[in-house]
Amino acid sequence: MKKEELFSGKPIIEVKGLVAKYDELTILDGISVDIYPGEITVILGGSGCGKTTLLKNMLRLYEPAAGSVKFWGDEILDMGENEFYAVLKRTGMLFQNGALLNSIPVYDNVSIPLEMHTDLSTKVIDRIIRVKLHLVGLGHAIYKFPSELSGGMKKRASLARALALDPEILFCDEPSAGLDPVTSESLDNLILNLKHQLKMTIVIVTHELASIHRIADKIIFLDDGKMLFYGNLQAAKQAGIEPIDHFFEVGRF
Amino acid sequence: MYLKLSNNVLVLEGVFTKENVPSAEKELSKLLKSSIQEQVTMIDLGGIESLDSAGVSFLDEVHQHFGQKSGILLFRGAKSEVQAVIDTFTTINLPIVAANREMGTFEQLGHNAIAFYYSMIEALTLASEIFYYSAVGLFNAKSRRKGSTIQQAALLGSQALPIVALLSFIIGFILSLQSGVQLKNFGAGVFLADLLAITMVREMGPLITSIIVAGRSGSAIASEIATMQVTEELDALRMMSLHPIRFVVVPKFHAITFVMPILVMFSILVAEIGGGLIALVLLDTSMETFIDRSIEIISIKDIIISFGKSIWFAWVIVIVGSYYGFQVKGGAEGVGRATTAAVVSSIFAVILFDAVFSLLYL
Repeated sequence: MKKEELFSGKPIIEVKGLVAKYDELTILDGISVDIYPGEITVILGGSGCGKTTLLKNMLRLYEPAAGSVKFWGDEILDMGENEFYAVLKRTGMLFQNGALLNSIPVYDNVSIPLEMHTDLSTKVIDRIIRVKLHLVGLGHAIYKFPSELSGGMKKRASLARALALDPEILFCDEPSAGLDPVTSESLDNLILNLKHQLKMTIVIVTHELASIHRIADKIIFLDDGKMLFYGNLQAAKQAGIEPIDHFFEVGRF
Repeated sequence: MYLKLSNNVLVLEGVFTKENVPSAEKELSKLLKSSIQEQVTMIDLGGIESLDSAGVSFLDEVHQHFGQKSGILLFRGAKSEVQAVIDTFTTINLPIVAANREMGTFEQLGHNAIAFYYSMIEALTLASEIFYYSAVGLFNAKSRRKGSTIQQAALLGSQALPIVALLSFIIGFILSLQSGVQLKNFGAGVFLADLLAITMVREMGPLITSIIVAGRSGSAIASEIATMQVTEELDALRMMSLHPIRFVVVPKFHAITFVMPILVMFSILVAEIGGGLIALVLLDTSMETFIDRSIEIISIKDIIISFGKSIWFAWVIVIVGSYYGFQVKGGAEGVGRATTAAVVSSIFAVILFDAVFSLLYL
């Protein structure tokens, strides 16, 4: 992240009027949001409200039915494949179920983006892989195959792969779901560390209230395909919007 | 320039990110070729503007090279934000994890032999369980779901009819064409009916049908069971006190035992039609003569062998498919591997048993 970008006050991602559909069924209806550099933005809402759909439409993993998505000021929906891949190289994604390549060990999963997109030497690549896996707590499992890992370990290996190229924007789909509270907290600390040390912009889909309280700078609250709120957590709690109040009330511990 | 030597101090300057590190690495390798490395006692990081994990890994490489030579090496002057990134991504104190050791040739051979021995035991155990539960299932209606055998018979049998018919017709046609021409040269065209009937009933009918069923239904059995294994459906059955073999495999076993002889009979009939066409057009043999000679040459023993073979092959296909399905490891990747292995192994086993049958019943 360049300093001038970080402090320019311009959004790093601009979503305007985003509509997402599965066949005739409208999943997201006119979502507009600006995401600013160096911030952790959490997308939350009930199950089936369109959180993952929003994330995947922002990244064109699903093609939006209408609307506009800009990364660093450039419209990605009009981009050609090569131009769009150049944008994706500056981003990383942690998928809900890890999405590791099952036929190769964890080490190779992390090395693929480094080998394919950089001219770094094997020694440097080896160090990067080891430190990234160590950061996510998988330093002992680098030569294991994904089938030998638990669900939480797969997720952490996927995070190491997403971090391989030090992305400027990191997208995480339910990073803490299914993890024990201690691992979940250490993952949150890692995310905060990435934000502070590397000035990474992070967009996270999660249900975990403890995580939201630990890491969120801003929240996007979705309900039935519509955005009910975008702003900081305290403001959301004081906004007096019934579904948001209910969400935090029910989840309180 | 990223690296500069000044009074025993190696000065690093500029941006050290994944885009720039390859150039810095080239400068480092030039420096290492010269003799100055022994003079370096300190590395000045004050000139580093920014860096990422690739930059930190490069610094670790520098540290390793110069630290080993000079013995004492100090880093100094890093800006606080640069130092924070170094602290996050340094590999200096990471524990070394040894890669899995590769086996030698003989060790690998021994390992494979032991694995083969255990897999044969597992396959035979599975086969005995399938036979046991199939026999029990015949007399105990409660042990299987209503309609499951009929459903499997439709899947494994009737849906395979078109492809079995098409391929059998073509094979009967080709066999008759190739041998008919030779027989005609010797004036023995009328014996085409004998040749085709014996070949199809004793050999090609059961073999071709089994190969088609192995490719079509063997793969379906393996992938279905493997998917159920991966998605914990088999565990769910066990938790409902239902034996997976009894619930999943036995209906397939009963169905294929019943439909395979029918498929083979159908294959022989269609191949005879293909051969009959050649006899009629190429050899001027009447259809009546062709049918008469075909029926005359086939004995009851041939038909029993044919159906016996086809039932045996059917059992082999179900047992091999189920074995690979139950053995699956990993996720979707494992299902693909199990399916491929099931098809290859069942076709191999069918051809092997066919050779054994041919030797036993010449």
